[in-house]
Amino acid sequence: MASSSSPRKTGGARFSPASGIASVLRWFSSAQKKYGGEWWILTAGALIIALVVVMTVFPRAFTRYSPEDQNAGAQLSPPSEAHVMGTDNLNRDVWARVVYGSQTILGVALAAAIVSALIGIPLGLLSGFAGGVFDRILSLVMDSVYSFPGLILAIAFAAMLGPGVINITLAVAVVYIPTYFRLVRGQTLSIKEEVYVEAARAIGAQRGTILSRYVFPNIIATVVVIFSLNIADAIMTEAALSYIGLGLPAGIADWGMDLSMGKKFLPSGVWWMITFPGLMIMLLALGFTMLGEGLAEVLNPRLLER
Amino acid sequence: MRHLLSYIITRLALAIPMIFIMMTIIFVVLRIMPGDPVSAMLGGHAPQNRIDEIKEQLGLNKSLAAQYVDYLGQLARLDLGDSMVFKQSVGQAILEKLPATIELTFFALLVSLGIGIPFGAYAAQRRRSGRDYGVRLYANVVYCVPVFWMGLMLQLLFGVWLNWFPIAGRTGARVDISSFSHTGFYVIDTLRAGDFAAFGDVLYHLVLPAVTLGVVLSGIFVRLTRANMLDVLKSDYILAARARGIPERRVVYSHGLRNALIPVVTMMGLQFSLLLAGAILTESTFSWPGMGRLLLERIYLRDYPVIQGVIIVYTLIVSVVSLLVDLLYAVIDPRVKY
Amino acid sequence: MQTDDTILTVNDLTIQYPISIGVVKAVEGVSFTLADGEALGVVGESGCGKSTMGLSLLSLLRPPGRVTGGSIMYRGTDVLSLDQRDLLALRGRSISMIFQNPLTSLNPLFTIERHFLETIHFHDASMPRKEALAAVEKMLATLGIERKRLHEYPHQLSGGMRQRIMIGLALIMNPDILIADEPTTSLDVIVEAGFTELLATLRRVYKLSIILITHNLGLVAEIADRIAVMYAGKIMEIGSAADIFARPLHPYTQGLINCVPNIRLEQKDLVTMPGSPPDLVSPPQGCRFAPRCPRVMDICRQKPPRLLPHAPAHNAACWLYPERNGT
Repeated sequence: MASSSSPRKTGGARFSPASGIASVLRWFSSAQKKYGGEWWILTAGALIIALVVVMTVFPRAFTRYSPEDQNAGAQLSPPSEAHVMGTDNLNRDVWARVVYGSQTILGVALAAAIVSALIGIPLGLLSGFAGGVFDRILSLVMDSVYSFPGLILAIAFAAMLGPGVINITLAVAVVYIPTYFRLVRGQTLSIKEEVYVEAARAIGAQRGTILSRYVFPNIIATVVVIFSLNIADAIMTEAALSYIGLGLPAGIADWGMDLSMGKKFLPSGVWWMITFPGLMIMLLALGFTMLGEGLAEVLNPRLLER
Repeated sequence: MRHLLSYIITRLALAIPMIFIMMTIIFVVLRIMPGDPVSAMLGGHAPQNRIDEIKEQLGLNKSLAAQYVDYLGQLARLDLGDSMVFKQSVGQAILEKLPATIELTFFALLVSLGIGIPFGAYAAQRRRSGRDYGVRLYANVVYCVPVFWMGLMLQLLFGVWLNWFPIAGRTGARVDISSFSHTGFYVIDTLRAGDFAAFGDVLYHLVLPAVTLGVVLSGIFVRLTRANMLDVLKSDYILAARARGIPERRVVYSHGLRNALIPVVTMMGLQFSLLLAGAILTESTFSWPGMGRLLLERIYLRDYPVIQGVIIVYTLIVSVVSLLVDLLYAVIDPRVKY
Repeated sequence: MQTDDTILTVNDLTIQYPISIGVVKAVEGVSFTLADGEALGVVGESGCGKSTMGLSLLSLLRPPGRVTGGSIMYRGTDVLSLDQRDLLALRGRSISMIFQNPLTSLNPLFTIERHFLETIHFHDASMPRKEALAAVEKMLATLGIERKRLHEYPHQLSGGMRQRIMIGLALIMNPDILIADEPTTSLDVIVEAGFTELLATLRRVYKLSIILITHNLGLVAEIADRIAVMYAGKIMEIGSAADIFARPLHPYTQGLINCVPNIRLEQKDLVTMPGSPPDLVSPPQGCRFAPRCPRVMDICRQKPPRLLPHAPAHNAACWLYPERNGT
């Protein structure tokens, strides 16, 4: 960024917002040419996420109703001009619940992914680097948990911990720790054998230095991709948990919970209570999936060879 | 044949650590649940000595280590204990509901494979065409669809608006289950009893749940089959077969697909976990009386022995399926030595 | 040079395939003939287009590669204009091809028997199974492979056996022409010797014409009657094997022959040719070998030389021999 303010590079003109935007656009179109289809996927995903994030941070820009307002309108009224997505059985505006619900689901999914990563990555690094019995045992435990159906594990933990935002975050986080662990451990193992690590050891670098300076940077690209995909999965898991009633206290707006509420009115043909929250879950999960897949191609086309 | 047996035994031996680890985790998880299960069970107003009495009965007052030893001992005897809420053994409760889940899961798998493999092979053959991208789009989008939402949407469309299929339960109200129930697998039972009306009704009830679960998971198989097909179609033996004048369709499906499916088979084991997880949500949505609903029910009732038992059974199922898949793989691929 | 017993005439064959940065001109203006019972060796270094050319003879080019010009006439029919049905009948029955790696060229899930029976079935569906099996067993005997191998899978056989099976599959329908693309490159020398012997026998027994594509000059010296030397997608020289080795006309051919170490001479260093093949997306304007040629002249860089006879039955594309080359 500093270079754009150098007079020589910009032919005398100083850095300005216009030239800034121009150079971003130029970078954008050259990247698109280079990466083709995958670039669009990445951008589309990023756009969806951006939109939802804006909705999360500025809900009042999207709706003037509160998600808990039980006097917003008539009971169970279908979508109309006043209520874009209709109202639910407690006379609440559905669109408002969708907008505010984004806070819950995004918050939990993001937090869970971060917790997973914060636990799984260091364990993976450690295990891969240390090797020996410690590695063997830890890998065995992680593999067992990994091959167990994730949702069932989350259900067990959520049931054990009880309702609450933190608890549900932990329940979701537990499921993905093995994913980070395996990924990072695998990469660590292969990098450990690389020559430049041996060279570093030869000049006396400490273990910590080797880990942080050589091993970690190579892993970052893969971790970022997995992180995005992880969030997508966490979104689905969180929604599932609140759908079956294990997650959050009844007051908080949550897409999954709204679905389970709307389910009761389905036989009478009330479609707006379930269609919209579910659509949002899918859209948000898709957004993160596309971002992850797009990033995978862009960062390294051979990264996620599967 | 002797080799095969020793292979099976080896694989079983490898499955044991996993089962053991999962059971330990479950044990720990359930024991540190907040809240006192016994007082919850008794309604929260019981006198302390009554609570203590029951705790002693259930062995909950012993130290954690002693409880663990008891637990292991019980499992070794294949005794899952008794329900804390109803008068039945855990094993009974589970056996009642297990067939329903297996039936659902089985048909969902059929749907998944039935969509996944043909579409995946088709997309691989028409690489980079519009159809290829369409199929890939389908696969990616479908995976992000929450299975319970898909269930609700299908219920809405086909159950409520079109009224083509039932949206709850395994059988209709007019069908008398006891007249044919024997193994618990209604599809088999109705056929054995020769009751074709009931058979039709059972299948009818299977459609929406199986399609829901099957479609959502089909995306994975589409991607997998496509990726493997693309790889396989680049092989030398494909070129050599073409050079011998074998027609293209035969080359792709007989030579290509068969080879491409081998990794798909091995992946089926892993995907089965997803299938089981999805089944819980599907059962909840369609009021399907299976193990998933049992689990959710008993969580609500805080019936720990049953919860524990169900999770153990899930672990066992996953291990057994994984073992079966490995065996299948060894049988299909002549290169695998056992 | 077409004579009465010419069965294959390739004329001005051009093959291109588009890639992201341009169009690769893999094969340009290649022409040659093949007579009945003759063995033609096509030699050149990796990437010179010989394998691509070989695949095109059976219309086996993988898209996006395509033939953009020229013709391939087999017994009067243009292979490139055949419809799918006739093409399938041609492959494996009139013209067959074997490839470099025998293990990966066989389907790991099919038994040897199945490979053979399938091929026979798709060429002659009416042949009863017994008859087909008898033909297969006879072929195996000729190849020196035991009958019991029929029920085995490719991974259970040795490399040499697999190569022989490949040949068997190619010859089971008794084709006129066998195209062999680097057939011994993945085999050790002893097996290679066995292969050469087998090929000689089969030529006699089945009256086979062979197109042998390889970079191995030794192999070509043993088997080929005539040799075509390819470089950067074009034929640089073509003539009888004896002439090519004794009196090579083209500097590239001379270089190739020099590169083969001679155990009798006391060579101190291995001879190589400096430089590397040209970029086929934008090849040189003149002769494609000009950048590397030790005897390059100005005209070489400006105009590509045509392939013309400079000795009886011996053509070369080189400006060193201008007499019969119209300027």
